[in-house]
Amino acid sequence: MREIVLLARRELSAYLNTSWGYAILLVMLVLDGLMFNAFAMTNQARFSADVLEDFFFYSSGTTMIAGVLLTMRLLAEERQTGTMVLLQLAPINEAQIVIGKFLGAFGFLSIITLLTIYMPILIEVNGKVSWGQIGAGYLGLLSLGAATIAIGTLGSAIAKNQLFAAVLGGGILVLMLLGWLLGRVTEPPVSGVLSYAALFDRHFQPFQRGRINTESLIYYASVTFGFLLLSIRVLQSRRLS
Amino acid sequence: MIEVQSLSRFYGAHRAVSDVSFSIQANEVVGFLGLNGAGKSTTLKVIAGLLLPSSGTVVVDNVDMATAPVSFRSQIGFLPEDPPLHTEMTVTEFLTYLGGIRGMSGRDIAARLPVVIAACQLKGQEDRLIAELSHGFRKRVGIAQAIIHRPKLVILDEPISGLDPYQIVEMREVIRGLSSEATVLVSSHILSEISQTCDRLLVLHKGKLVATGSEEELAKRVSTSPLLEMTLISDLERLKSVLDAHDSVDDYKVVAQQDPYVKVEVQLNAEAHDDLIIAMVGAGIGVRRMVDAHGELEATFLNLTRGESA
Repeated sequence: MREIVLLARRELSAYLNTSWGYAILLVMLVLDGLMFNAFAMTNQARFSADVLEDFFFYSSGTTMIAGVLLTMRLLAEERQTGTMVLLQLAPINEAQIVIGKFLGAFGFLSIITLLTIYMPILIEVNGKVSWGQIGAGYLGLLSLGAATIAIGTLGSAIAKNQLFAAVLGGGILVLMLLGWLLGRVTEPPVSGVLSYAALFDRHFQPFQRGRINTESLIYYASVTFGFLLLSIRVLQSRRLS
Repeated sequence: MIEVQSLSRFYGAHRAVSDVSFSIQANEVVGFLGLNGAGKSTTLKVIAGLLLPSSGTVVVDNVDMATAPVSFRSQIGFLPEDPPLHTEMTVTEFLTYLGGIRGMSGRDIAARLPVVIAACQLKGQEDRLIAELSHGFRKRVGIAQAIIHRPKLVILDEPISGLDPYQIVEMREVIRGLSSEATVLVSSHILSEISQTCDRLLVLHKGKLVATGSEEELAKRVSTSPLLEMTLISDLERLKSVLDAHDSVDDYKVVAQQDPYVKVEVQLNAEAHDDLIIAMVGAGIGVRRMVDAHGELEATFLNLTRGESA
């Protein structure tokens, strides 16, 4: 456990001590703020709950983009710079490496996500929002973020360089997002499976509206666990090769 | 203390390392010698636990790589040719982090750091970012990470590559110093360095171990009749007449000629160096330089790898 914490802390400090981490943080916050201003805060009279729902909708997009950008370096950079050997030589296993890396990236994504809290507060200043909806929305964002980080971790575990890791992670993410679309053009039971497997549509919308859906929480936890497990298997197979 | 038995490693159908066996005693400094592509790095990676062997066993201090891989890794310190460093960290942060993931407690790391810093001659660099360090210091930080957790075996792959002559001398001291607390396996293709730093040499050629022993022992194994490299001041005709007339000269070859110098390789049939020089000087030939080529480690090495004689 101590080794996992050390790995996560190093990963987090790598984001906090390099321009890369701050660049992602800045771009995501600016993007989030712009979209919030342009699309959620319109001139028309709207219920605060609807504005908040839109905020979480747009924030989910930036969360997923940030997830891919943060994870592209996780393992691919270690491989590119030759520092992977430090982890392979340490008396730790692949699961500890992957979980430590995941927690570090997820920690930084959580910081980015929670820094957007000023926007719901702005809605509260000009209207009336439920803190329950805010809490549920952020829980949804963090769940979606965890799943995205896990998907990106797999991309980074497979790829030899960071660019390929981003393309791979992003590709898997887009495929998982498109599930709802494919669900609409296919017949049951395939359509049911595809729409259930979709990362966003069915599972994120309840959180947007302030509802904590246990099924969706279990879904996001399963996706996170599944992709982390695949990442561990990839690292194990690399050691054996 | 370190036992390598029948180690082989394949990459697909290509056999990179073939049936290599050797043992190393505690606190020995052993040189791993081989041409590029001889299989040195592959062998070292297998011994370090970074690659699984296709067959064979590696045991360090009674810990078998195959049966206790995690425990085995804690016995090993490894410096690859390009030091693996987190350049955004300071030297102290980097070593503290690595000590931590190698299972050391905070107190243990704090006690160990000054020892490692001193052993690797990194005093004064502790709080500098690794990105700011010179190549020589980076190599030393690479060694520091390899020994921070008190490994039983330290493996250094080409530790002096890319260093300037001053840094090489310092690195030699650092490597010799490591043997006080660990067994050291050093690979290099810079033969003179290996001979100055190591107690014993292992010569690898085309994935096979072709010889093992001290420099002198290896030289004896491949000893042939003396071969001299001479740089002389003479005209060619006079030189040829002296060499042709001398009983001890089996053969000779003019390697280069740039007036007034002639560089020649002379194969003797006996230890008759002095006689030959006297004959040359008596004939008015100036002797500018003479090297016993078979006394050189390079020649020994070339003979070993040429014949593949085990």
